[in-house]
Order: sequence, then C-alpha cells, then structure tokens
Amino acid sequence: MNNYLLITIIVIYLAFLFLIAFWAEKNSKSRWVNNPYIYVLSLAVYCSAWTYYGSVGIASQSGISFLTIYLGPVISIPLWIVVMKKIIRISKQHKISSIADFISLRYGNNRFLGALVTMICVFAIVPYISLQLKAISETFEIITDETSYVSTSVLDDSTFYIAVLLAVFVAFFGTQATDASQRRKGIMTTVAVESILKLVFFLVIGIYVTFFLFDGTTQIYEKASQLDNFREITSFNGLEAGFNWMFTIALSFFAIFLLPRQFHVAVVENDREKYLKKAIWLFPLYLLLFNVFVIFIAWGGNLTLTDEVNQDYYTLLLPLHHDNLILAMLVFLGGFSAVISMVVVSTLALSTMVSNNLIIPYGFLDKFIKSNPEKNANYIKNIRRISIFSLIIIAYFFYINFSYELSLFSIGLISFVVIAQLAPSFFIGLFWNRGSARAAKIGMIIGVFIVIYTLILPFVFNVLAENNSFVDQGLFRVELLKPYALFGIDFLSPEAHAFFWSMFFNTFSFLIFSLLSKGNYRERNYAEMFVNSSNYANLQEGAFVWKGEAYVSDIRNVLTRFLGEERTERALNLFNLKYKVSKEEERADSRLINFSEKLLTGSIGSASARILIGSVAKEQPVSLLEVLKILEESKETIATNKALKEKSNELTILTNQLKEANSELLLQDRLKDEFLDTIAHELKTPITSIKAASEVLTDGDDMPDELQSKFLNNIVTDADRLARLIHNILDLEKLSSGREELEIQSNQISSTIEKAIYGISQIADSKGINVIHKNGSETIAKYDEDRMLQVLTNLLSNALKFTEPEKGIIKVVTKEKKNEIMIIVEDNGKGVPKEDFNYIFDKFYQSKHQNIKKPMGSGLGLAISKEIIESHQGEIWIDKQYKKGARFVFTIPK
Amino acid sequence: MKKILIVDDEPNIVMSLEYTFKKKNFEVFIARDGGEALQIAKDNIPDVVLLDIMMPNVDGYETLKKIKSNPSLKNTKVVFLSAKNKVADIEKGLKLGADKYLTKPFSVKKLVIEIEELLN
Repeated sequence: MNNYLLITIIVIYLAFLFLIAFWAEKNSKSRWVNNPYIYVLSLAVYCSAWTYYGSVGIASQSGISFLTIYLGPVISIPLWIVVMKKIIRISKQHKISSIADFISLRYGNNRFLGALVTMICVFAIVPYISLQLKAISETFEIITDETSYVSTSVLDDSTFYIAVLLAVFVAFFGTQATDASQRRKGIMTTVAVESILKLVFFLVIGIYVTFFLFDGTTQIYEKASQLDNFREITSFNGLEAGFNWMFTIALSFFAIFLLPRQFHVAVVENDREKYLKKAIWLFPLYLLLFNVFVIFIAWGGNLTLTDEVNQDYYTLLLPLHHDNLILAMLVFLGGFSAVISMVVVSTLALSTMVSNNLIIPYGFLDKFIKSNPEKNANYIKNIRRISIFSLIIIAYFFYINFSYELSLFSIGLISFVVIAQLAPSFFIGLFWNRGSARAAKIGMIIGVFIVIYTLILPFVFNVLAENNSFVDQGLFRVELLKPYALFGIDFLSPEAHAFFWSMFFNTFSFLIFSLLSKGNYRERNYAEMFVNSSNYANLQEGAFVWKGEAYVSDIRNVLTRFLGEERTERALNLFNLKYKVSKEEERADSRLINFSEKLLTGSIGSASARILIGSVAKEQPVSLLEVLKILEESKETIATNKALKEKSNELTILTNQLKEANSELLLQDRLKDEFLDTIAHELKTPITSIKAASEVLTDGDDMPDELQSKFLNNIVTDADRLARLIHNILDLEKLSSGREELEIQSNQISSTIEKAIYGISQIADSKGINVIHKNGSETIAKYDEDRMLQVLTNLLSNALKFTEPEKGIIKVVTKEKKNEIMIIVEDNGKGVPKEDFNYIFDKFYQSKHQNIKKPMGSGLGLAISKEIIESHQGEIWIDKQYKKGARFVFTIPK
Repeated sequence: MKKILIVDDEPNIVMSLEYTFKKKNFEVFIARDGGEALQIAKDNIPDVVLLDIMMPNVDGYETLKKIKSNPSLKNTKVVFLSAKNKVADIEKGLKLGADKYLTKPFSVKKLVIEIEELLN
C-alpha cells in the first residue's frame, strides 16, 4: 500500500477519535458516556500492542506462556469486589488522581514517597511507551509497499508526527480541569471505542486465519503438530517452568492494580462503585475473547511464513501474504488503536503524577502561594501539558536510540517487574496499619535496585557491550552475584528471577522497617483510615488527629489561590454546614485542615496539599499514644453520640407533643373562657331588658294601658329568649360532651322534612316566603327524628331570617348517594359573608366579631346542628361555591 | 330641655330607657348602631349619649372616639352602658374618654340619678 494513502487513513482515523472525544466531552451527561460498559471497555487499555502483536510472537516461539499475562488479571478479578472497592472509595474521598498520590497519602502525605513512586513509574513506563511507538513504526513499514519512501530522520518519520498528535490529544482532553481527580470522559470514551475496534479486528483476523486460510482449529493443530518445535512450545517444561508461570501470573496480577494507566482507568475514572459488578465478568470475558485465536494465528504463521520474519507481526503478515490488503489494513488499525489507547492513558496518568507528585511539590509551591487563582490553574495545566509532551518525546527518542533490539514482550515484562515494586507498600499498606513511610521508601528503592541489577543492567550490557563477563561470571566474579542467577537460583527466566528477588527483598525490608520504625502520628492516622476503610466515614469525621494553631482566614487564602474566591466560598460554606461550624469561627480545627487538604489534593497532589496547608497551620506533634487514644475515643464518642442523638430525638418529639398538648389545652381554656364570657353576655341582655321593663312598670302608675301591656309583652319575649338560650346551652353541652343518647330509628326522611317545614310554615307564610320541598322518594334512613327536626328547623329558620319577605324562596332537596343521604337547604337571601365561612359552625360564631355583630337568635343553632349531625356520623357544611344565597348541606349515613 | 341620645340595638331595652327619660323631661333620640348615632349626634348635639358597646357595624368604642374627635360635640357627655363588666373593658372605656361606665343589667332609677348628676 502506498504510504501516503496509509497516512491519510491514519489521519482520518485520528480525526475520528478526536471527534469522539469532543462529542463525549460535550455530552458528558449522556447515557452513552456514563455507563458501566464504557468503564469495562476502558479497563481493556490493558491490552496494548504487546497483546495485539506480542502475544502471537510469544505463542509462536514459546507456546501458551503468553497466557500468563492475562491469567493474573483474571485471577485478581474476584478480589476486585473487596480490594478495588476499597481503593476506589478511599480515592474518591480524598480526590486521589494517581497511584503515586494514593501511596503517598497512605503514608501520611509523604512528599518523597509520592515522588519516588512517580519516578519508578516513569522509569518503568516510558520504555514501554516507546515500544508502542516502535510497534506503530514497524507495522507501518510492513503495510506500506517496499517501494515506498523510508524515513531517514526524525522530521520525516511519520511515527514522530503520530506521537506528537497523540500528545496534542492528551494535552487537549486530559487537562481540561485543574482537578486531576476529575473524570476525562472524552478520553475514556475513545479508549472504549478503541477497545471494541481492536478486539473486533483481532477476532476478524483470527477467524480469517483459522477458518479461511485453514480448515478450522483441528486442521491447524494437526498440521502444526508436525512442526519440529511443536512439543517444545506446547508442553509444560517441568517444575522450573511452573515457577516461571507462577511468577509471571503474580506479575500481571500486580500490574492490573499498579500500572499507572490501569489505576487511572479503574480508580480515577470510576464513576460508580457498582460498575465493578459488571467489570468482574465482562473484563475476563474480554481478555478471553482476545486470546482465543492467538495460538492458532501463531501456528498458522509458523506453518505459512519463514523464520526470517518477525513473529510478532504474523497478524499483519498472514493477510499480506495472501494479498488481502484490506484485512491487513484492519489489523493495522486495530493495533494502532491498542497503541493509541495505551499511550494516551499512560501519558495522562504519568503527567498527572509528574506534575502533582514531582514538579509541584518540589519547587512550585512558593510560586503558587504568591500568585492568583487563574494563573495558578494555568500553571498547573501547563505543567501537565509540558509533562505530556516531554514524556512522549522522551519515549520517542528512547525508541529511536535503543529499542531496535527489543521485543514487545520483554520490555513489557521488564516494566511490569519495575512497577511490581510498588506492590508491598500498596497491598500490605491497605491491610496492615503498621506499614510506615520509611519502610515503604526503603523497600521500593531496594526492590528497584535489585531489578536494575538482575534485569536491566545485564540487558543493557547485552545490547551495548560485547563483554558479557558481568553477566556470565557475576559482579567481582562472585558466583553468587550472577545477575541472572542470584544466590544460585538459576532455573528461572530472567524476568521471573528478577521479580522473585526484588519482591523478596522489597517485602522483607518493608516489613522489617515497618516493625522497627512506627512512623509518625500522621502516618498512623492515615494508615488507620486506609486499613479500616469500612468505618471510614465515621473515622474521617473525627479521626484526623491534628494539634496546633491555624486560622480559618489563612486557610481560606491558600484555598483561594487554587480554587478562586467563588469555589472557596462555596466549599467553606459546605464545610460549615456539614460540620455545623459557625461562620464566625476564627480558629481552624482538624476537620477544616483535613477538608482543605482534600480540596487541594485533586489539583496539586496530596503531599503538596499537606505542605501548603502546613505552611499556614502551626502544627504540633502528637504522640502515638494520643493518636491511638483519640482514634479509640472517636469511635466510642461516635457510638455515644449516636445513642445520645437518638435519645435527644425522642425527647424532642416528646417535648413537641407536650407543647402541642399544652397549647391545645390553653386554646381550649381560652375557648372555654370566651364561651362563658359570651354566655354571660347573652344572658345579660334579656335580663337587662326584663329588669328595666319591670322597673318602669313598677313606677308607671300613670302609664297608659296600651304601653303597659307592651312592656309586659317585652318581658315575656325576653323571658322566652332567656329560657331558649339556657335550653340551647345545656343542649349543646349535652351533645358535645357525648352524654346525649340518640334515639335512632328508621324514619322516612321526606316525612321528617315535611314536619320541619310545617313547623316554620306559619312564619314563612306571614313573611310571604315560599318553601319548596323537592322529593317524592321514600328514602328510609336511621336517625333520631327529634334531633333531625332540630337541625332542619334551625337551617330553615336561618333561611327565613336572611331572605327578603315576599321574594324569598327556600328549597329543600334530598339526594340519595351510595352510602349516605345528602340533604340540601338553600335560599335566595343575602348569603353568608365569605369571611364567616370558617366560623359559622362555631359556638356564638359572632364572637370573632364580638363588638360588631349581635347574635341572631341564640348564636348556637349551627353549633348544635353540627354536633347533632356529627353524632350521627354525618357531615355538615356550607357550600362555598353557591352565590345566589346560602346553601347548607348535610349528610347522614344510610 | 336636656337632650339624650340612646344608642342600643336591643329594642326592648331602648323602649324602657326612652320611656324613662321622656318622663324625666329629656328630649330623647334613638340610634340602633354607631353610624346612626353619630349622624344624630352631629345633627342634634345631645347633652349626653348612652352608648352600648356591642352593636352591629360601628361598635361603641369606635363611636365614642368619633364623638370625642368632633369639636361640635365637645360638651357632650358619653356614658357607656354595656354588659361587658370585666375590669379591662371598663378601663378601656374610660381611657377612651367615656364620662361614666355603667354595666348591664342596670337599675333604671340609679341610671337616671347618675345621668342627672353628670349633667349638673
């Protein structure tokens, strides 16, 4: 294929990835971007060019040992539910943005430890990235035809430009937020898409080789078994090979947790813990699918192609051999995807580490303190961008200068062995609270030195020097110091050997030094938080042990430098709200210190955060005993607090109930007073009248007879009124106290209504008011007829009182409902004033307007009616919608 | 001839009072509520107003305020005649400027004496 065409295709493909990333950033809330599948597929960044090309190479030479790299992750997967969940939870709470941050935080925000982890990672991963670039370059060469132009310098090497484009991609989509613990949805979505592409293309070539070039798996097996080295590459070579297997599996087991890119996709980019549930079956399935055809492609390659070709590229060479250019192109793009996602995520993770754990804590803090927030955000982002470009450029030059000799597999394994040096302090630190920062540093350094001595030095010597006496005879010609057979262990592969010894010394020194030096209180404090992460939420509240002096205003200043005024204000408000701290509080307590460190961690890493906050907070050391005591106490206090809170809640409820009861009693009392007052007043009026008239009559010798009888008549009316009032009061009292027993019998409702109408017919006739009863039905209901008459009469009299003579019309209507009978009494009078709707059934309802309205009648009629209807389990109300007059409605159950 | 204005919404009570004061040679005016009372008072400038407190529309307190604020009625005496007999009510009435506060039920004879005293 013409290389310009290929470059065009590559550019189009990269543009497509940019587009996806851009779209995902823009639709970052979409369901397409936020789902467990994106998460699981992004985990598949594990499958780099090493998987895509290297596995086939290994399989063709050493058989199924390529599988070990995938068995480790598969074995580790069930542990994810426990271990990964814990890591994710801690990381989210502390805004952890990389594995360096994580380890540094575990050991008390140790600055040097963070930097050390970063350096180890860079040391391990940069060569690994160059290998990926090498894969691009080599596959590029394979797929372009021999007549094509071959680059001779950096400036016309297409791999260089691809590397730069990748750096631009990472710099653009990876540094949008200053807070590195925030998710990069654009990048993750492209990684997921690439994971699909590389798997699909690999499966396509697998099926092509197995079923089109050969007649299925059995045929390949039969043919391959006739090859010379077949036994060698398909059998398990005794105990020693077993050890090799075991160590390689352990190596990949660690790698899936510790590789910066894996930590990044699995922890930093994790959105929800529950995604892990999908990951634990889908990710192993993905790895399985990827490996199904490896061995067949390898056999197919061995059978078809000569020994001279690079076995790593069988997947490309096989279709090319059969002139299937399109298929080769697809394979190329799949491999390209594997490279891109690995390079992108690795540089992203490394650049965060380099900026947050190396550059910022060692030199930029003073600058930040003096600068303003926007500038600081730019500084941080620029540091990351420069790191991204530097890392990729360094990787590129490493590839140009060193990696012609190396295979994908070997460099991959070396980088795994180096990364594995983080394992003791990482894993043991998660479950053993004694692990100390000093021990972690010593363990890592010793481990790395052993790896250098047993693996890297001999490797470099092999490549660069002719003289291999160091490798063959050992340092100073000491047999036991032979780098590939340290202390006489000579049966392991170099990588397994280096892994074994480095891990041994690393773990050993970590344990010994942890036991020897206990670490300062801060370490113990964080250790407790990491180890006991299940009650972490509780611990976090009070466990951060901090003694000393700090002022809120100082801390606010530091925060403002990085977050800006607005975010700082918001964050502090949140803090005050959460911990119920007064805004006026001037002194900062341990919780604010802790909170502020966490806020800064995402932007500048945990160690820098501690240093910055430490610069404004005068810290006093706390003894270990105090720490333990406080931790213990905080647990107890939390328990006691909880119990107290419950009790106090109960008390609050009780108090409220009592308060309610009290105010109810007070109200009742007041109502009773008012009631008595009103009664007294109501009684006094007729008495006054009677008394005055009597006096007048006593003195009225000369009074005309006519007037005399008028006064006498007044006395009789008022006496009647008095009697009626007293009767009503007693009646109401009887009804509302429940002492009245109703004489409930079956009655015909229409006849009761007729009786009531008859009772008022005289007055109605005299006023010329028309009373209409609309009902022919013979509905029977159970009620006390006398009482019902009382209600009806009351409603009718009210209607009579408020309608105009000669024009008034009063209607009584009965409606039969399913469970009840509804009786409506309506008139066309002046109606009830709106403001009285709510009081109309109160005793002496006029009492609300005491000084204004005189009761018509006793003022108790409706109150009594209400009591009567309610004692029949019915309801009475006034129809508020009715505008033509007054409409009273009541129901009684059938 | 002294003028008396009786303000009460209870016709029976009014009737007794009217008869009594007419017999005592008063010129008697009658009002059923505060509004009416004010109008009649302005028109006739009575020497004394017998004022109930609880009345429809404008109550006794309100009526008293209005009488007191009317310069042409500055010589008019006002006597409350109310069933409200709590100390607080009486104090309120007197504070507002009533000349006397008599409670219901009252003795007609005593009432006449009190009014005559007030007017001398």
